[in-house]
Amino acid sequence: MNDSSSPKKYLGQSVERIEDATLLRGAAPYTDDIPVPVGTLHAAILRSPHAHADILSIDVTAAEQRPGVHAVLTGRDIKALTEPFLIVLRVPLDQWSLAVDRVRFVGESVVVVIAEDRYLAEDALEYIDVKYRPIEAVIGTMDATKDGAPLVHEAAGTNVVSRRDFSYGEPEDAFAKADKIVELTIDYPRNSQTPLEGFVVVANYLPGDESYDILSNFQGPFTVHPVMSKALRCKGSQLRMRSPAYSGGGFGVKQAIFPYVVLMCVASRKVGRPVKWVEDRLEHLTAAIAAPNRVIEAKAAVMNDGKIIGLHFEQWDDYGAYLRPPMPGPLYRQHGIMTGAYDVPNMTIVNNLVMTNKTPSGMVRGFGGPQIYYSIERLVHTVAVELDMDHLEIIKKNLIPAGSFPYRAAAGALIDSGDYQQALEIAERDGKLEDLQERRDEMRAAGKLYGIGYAAVVEPAQSNMGYLSTINTVEERKKAGPKGGNVAIATVNIDPLGTVSVTADSLPQGQGHGTILSQIVADELGLTPQEIIVNMERDTQRDPWSIATGNYSSRFSSSTVVSAQKAAQRVRAKLARIAAQTLNVPAEEIDFVGGQVFAKGNPENTLRFSRVAGTTHWSPGELPTDMAPGVTETVTWSAPELEPPNDKDQINTSLTYGFVFDFCGLQVDRVTGEVRIDRYVTMHDSGEILNPLLADGQVYGAFAWGLGIALSEEFVYGGDGSFLSGTFADYLCPTAPEVPEPQILHMVSPSPFTPLGAKGIAEGNVMSTPVCIANAVADATGQRDLRLPLSPSKIMGLIDDDEPPAPTRAASEILVKSDAKGGRGVTGSGSARAPAAIQTVWDTLLDPVKLAAVIPGCHQLDLVGENNYTAEVSLGVGAVRGRFTADVRLADLDPPNSVVLSGGLHGPLGASSGMGKVTLTASGESTRIDYDYEVVVTGKVVAIGGRMLDGASRVLVEQFFRRLIAQIEGQNEAGNSAGSWLSRLLKILGVGR
Amino acid sequence: MKPKGFEYLRAHSVEQALDSLASNGDDAKIISGGNSLMAMLNFRLLEPKVLIDISRLEALSGIEYKGDYLEVGAAATQAQLQAWPGLAERMPLLALAVPHIGHFQTRSKGTVCGSIAHSDPSSELPLCLALLGGSVVLRSKRGEKVLKAADFQLGMLSTACADDEMVVAVRFPVKRQGAGYAFTEVARRKGDFAIIAIAAEAVGGTIRLGIGGVADKPAVREWSDLATDALDDKLNELAWELGGNDDIHASAKYRRQLVRRLGREVIETAQENGVAVKETN
Repeated sequence: MNDSSSPKKYLGQSVERIEDATLLRGAAPYTDDIPVPVGTLHAAILRSPHAHADILSIDVTAAEQRPGVHAVLTGRDIKALTEPFLIVLRVPLDQWSLAVDRVRFVGESVVVVIAEDRYLAEDALEYIDVKYRPIEAVIGTMDATKDGAPLVHEAAGTNVVSRRDFSYGEPEDAFAKADKIVELTIDYPRNSQTPLEGFVVVANYLPGDESYDILSNFQGPFTVHPVMSKALRCKGSQLRMRSPAYSGGGFGVKQAIFPYVVLMCVASRKVGRPVKWVEDRLEHLTAAIAAPNRVIEAKAAVMNDGKIIGLHFEQWDDYGAYLRPPMPGPLYRQHGIMTGAYDVPNMTIVNNLVMTNKTPSGMVRGFGGPQIYYSIERLVHTVAVELDMDHLEIIKKNLIPAGSFPYRAAAGALIDSGDYQQALEIAERDGKLEDLQERRDEMRAAGKLYGIGYAAVVEPAQSNMGYLSTINTVEERKKAGPKGGNVAIATVNIDPLGTVSVTADSLPQGQGHGTILSQIVADELGLTPQEIIVNMERDTQRDPWSIATGNYSSRFSSSTVVSAQKAAQRVRAKLARIAAQTLNVPAEEIDFVGGQVFAKGNPENTLRFSRVAGTTHWSPGELPTDMAPGVTETVTWSAPELEPPNDKDQINTSLTYGFVFDFCGLQVDRVTGEVRIDRYVTMHDSGEILNPLLADGQVYGAFAWGLGIALSEEFVYGGDGSFLSGTFADYLCPTAPEVPEPQILHMVSPSPFTPLGAKGIAEGNVMSTPVCIANAVADATGQRDLRLPLSPSKIMGLIDDDEPPAPTRAASEILVKSDAKGGRGVTGSGSARAPAAIQTVWDTLLDPVKLAAVIPGCHQLDLVGENNYTAEVSLGVGAVRGRFTADVRLADLDPPNSVVLSGGLHGPLGASSGMGKVTLTASGESTRIDYDYEVVVTGKVVAIGGRMLDGASRVLVEQFFRRLIAQIEGQNEAGNSAGSWLSRLLKILGVGR
Repeated sequence: MKPKGFEYLRAHSVEQALDSLASNGDDAKIISGGNSLMAMLNFRLLEPKVLIDISRLEALSGIEYKGDYLEVGAAATQAQLQAWPGLAERMPLLALAVPHIGHFQTRSKGTVCGSIAHSDPSSELPLCLALLGGSVVLRSKRGEKVLKAADFQLGMLSTACADDEMVVAVRFPVKRQGAGYAFTEVARRKGDFAIIAIAAEAVGGTIRLGIGGVADKPAVREWSDLATDALDDKLNELAWELGGNDDIHASAKYRRQLVRRLGREVIETAQENGVAVKETN
């Protein structure tokens, strides 16, 4: 067989991306750009403003009658037409594509409107009347684990829906004989690498064969294809998933489109037309997914010389309101490698899977790695601090020794190759660590807060599809059958003119997979990358696929490329045999160079590549007798090292393991608390580098997100579950001015487990960079308990929290103090003086007509019961206006001294509820009004306008009291003029007030 | 995230814009750059029936030096202001502040008057206008009037511009003789809404300090012949008076701390710049 490759001409070179000419010309069609069938309708989704509430009723009749509306679907329709999504656990956590009876997070889909266009669909949303009964929400991860906490899923009976203990080696002994036990608790925040392009689904129900044709930017893995078809009650083959070639970014997130695929399938079936839905930014940030936030109690058993002999991790991973497959992936994806880059044989792990009233967690770049490395590497730094040793020395003392690869880690990872000591040496030398250390000394001598941080990370790639079965016990796994492996698929095809085309199962999200495939195939066939056409579209009814198909776990460089190379080698072997027949030499003698096929010993004896390829099309009869016609080779490949978990719960979670070592120097500004990164060095051993340009591109991208995790990015929730970071003005991705250029270094330890020797490189820095920066901030400030993201305000609270007292001063006429409670709640109090007698003020407050005139923007106020009003109000600040329905109750009436007002507002912009107490005190001719209030606001208005919420509430309260005073003054004036003769008469008669 | 339907009017003259305002009142909204307004429309935070686009009105697109002040027309962009040749020399505060407004991409669309009219408490230009004691030219069918910044800026997103009026120009006083200026801003990212923005002017023994982003509108204080140690007390008083709001980016306390610490820094820089100016003169 002639399958021995030619020398690599293109692979390993910085070949320019074949994708870029199209992208840079703006000619790449993204999913939203792709033309849709005539008659396609558009969907808009009404989402819950509450984190936890019963849905009492949904009235869609007004919305159905709006112009252009074809259908309005609620949870009732969805429950009738679909099954709840399958999940990994046998726990009743039912979820449909629309909320059924109850909402469990802010932003949960409640109603979908299908209309002629998106504008009309959104117009109609405002006519849907949903009545909610809010329930106490549980937001804090550890709060959810407490007895008596509100249950996110009552049927589950607990919020901790899975708990497993693992023990490797002899951890009890290690902790018993340790000189010191170092402990650290980590509270890792919620974040996500947000793609520029949101979800797009075009669903078309085809009544002929009762199938669904879906165009979407789903990025895989196709493990959820069966989940979707089961939900839709159809056969897998009836769910045709098509993905376009170009993506506006994925980062794992676009796996989470699947509930919307099901929703739009039902919508299309209902209206008998194709239905398109495009996610907007607010929807994405609020409701797409987040990487799970995690609480980790980490312990290290250490000896006085700095050797770590045992580790313990108890993790509480927060999956939000629903467990969507493949969750709880992040809790188990790193399981085999929980000892990180260190040679620690003894370890215990306790994994808790926690549900809260937040957006469901999902796949995001790093997939559990940022969480676990943040705790391992913060713990190692803390060991250094507690032993008063150099951090780098502790790292070196504990790294997996050179020469011990493949190395079996305590929890089962089979680390394929590496030389961590050499990587550190190169990094220290080429990254000029000594200079940085000198700089730190100089800066500190000058009184600056300067720190150096380190992080060592093992970067896994190509997940073992069986890793998640580690969540089940050995017995449960035996019953279910073993799960492991990971299938990679690629096809190489040659047309009659000899043009080569390639397809593969990687669903690229912008990484440039096409370029690398063209390099590989060009090398095998003696062509140039420009001659290879790569089409990365996928279609489950036409292309081969497996559950592993997709873009995740950096699988491309260790798996998909193998199938592509093998397919190209098969093509080469076939063409070599054909050429050998014509050239009359043995096939082994045939070589492929520069578009020519020839005998190695006699390059003059040559055929054009296209001619050899053409033979398979034009004259199959002339082929060797046992040879099939045509040239189409599809290869599937799965690495044997990806074994299912064993009986000791050891699991080789990944096929390859790269190594990343970072260090950085930074300064913390004493005045503002801002972090300024001085220098950042990142050292990578990712095995063979397939294309250095693309590899460094991945490092830059991961570094930029790592920086965002460290300093600015967080999905923030209020105590009641309201969502506070719904725009890019509040969810802060670093932009070009914030991202310093890291120094990237490489070394190469080829992986023995994958034929091209390449490992992953796309996820290392999202694991190493956040903790490297945090370690440097810890070094600079001497602080131990750091919670990401390290905002200037937060850092200032750590380094200098003193504040001179407020000077005493006279209270202004209307004084409102307010402070945010739990993030978005507003409490305030104040007082005002009304120039009227206490009874007049009281009467004004309790007179619906007068009150209506006082409430800002009140159109109508109706008494609907004793001391119970409803009002239509239009509230706002400046030009901003929102229409709300208000429900106000008066209680604890103590005329004319005090009253408690409670109630709420709801409208398209959100909902609020609150309570306020008003106390009146007569003071000479006038009345002093004291009030305090507590308002919680939730929904769209807080997700987009949190920055203004405090101020806006104060403005509204001020408006109310100004108008109240004006109203009372107006009455006095009216009384004094029109009624003056009467009042004088009454006074004379001695009955006047 | 689509706006509610509205009628779009591309005004061909100021009069046409004023006619529309007069007949539509608060149902109409002026748009030029749209940096803030478009997002608010898409979120349906406001739902005007008519959108009057003044961005192509030649009559409003100028930047004119008028001796005592620089008059910037309502259609002039922030980028235009930044590129105005005499900016560094005659308007040193604006030269320092304008680079902090968003990004160069947004400045090429965003207008100076739009920012003044929108009156975001964190915006740089309303702060500069307040500190310099500038004024706003308002016009309606009823006529034209000029309001001092302090009378124009009422609060959060709120100004004295009546429903039938539009801002046709703003006037920034030119550099005062012997004055030094300084400007600084703290934001989570470059171009973000300021957590705090501080501007200062120092002339002789008089200091004017302006703070944006902490209260509902720019706050300006003027102190004369202050003893060095009295400044800390004044800044502390101001910090507590403004109070500051808590939001997800910064605590009220952090904002007050920045008033005290950066306030002093900015004042000192302004004084140094003033001295430097004198020396070069």
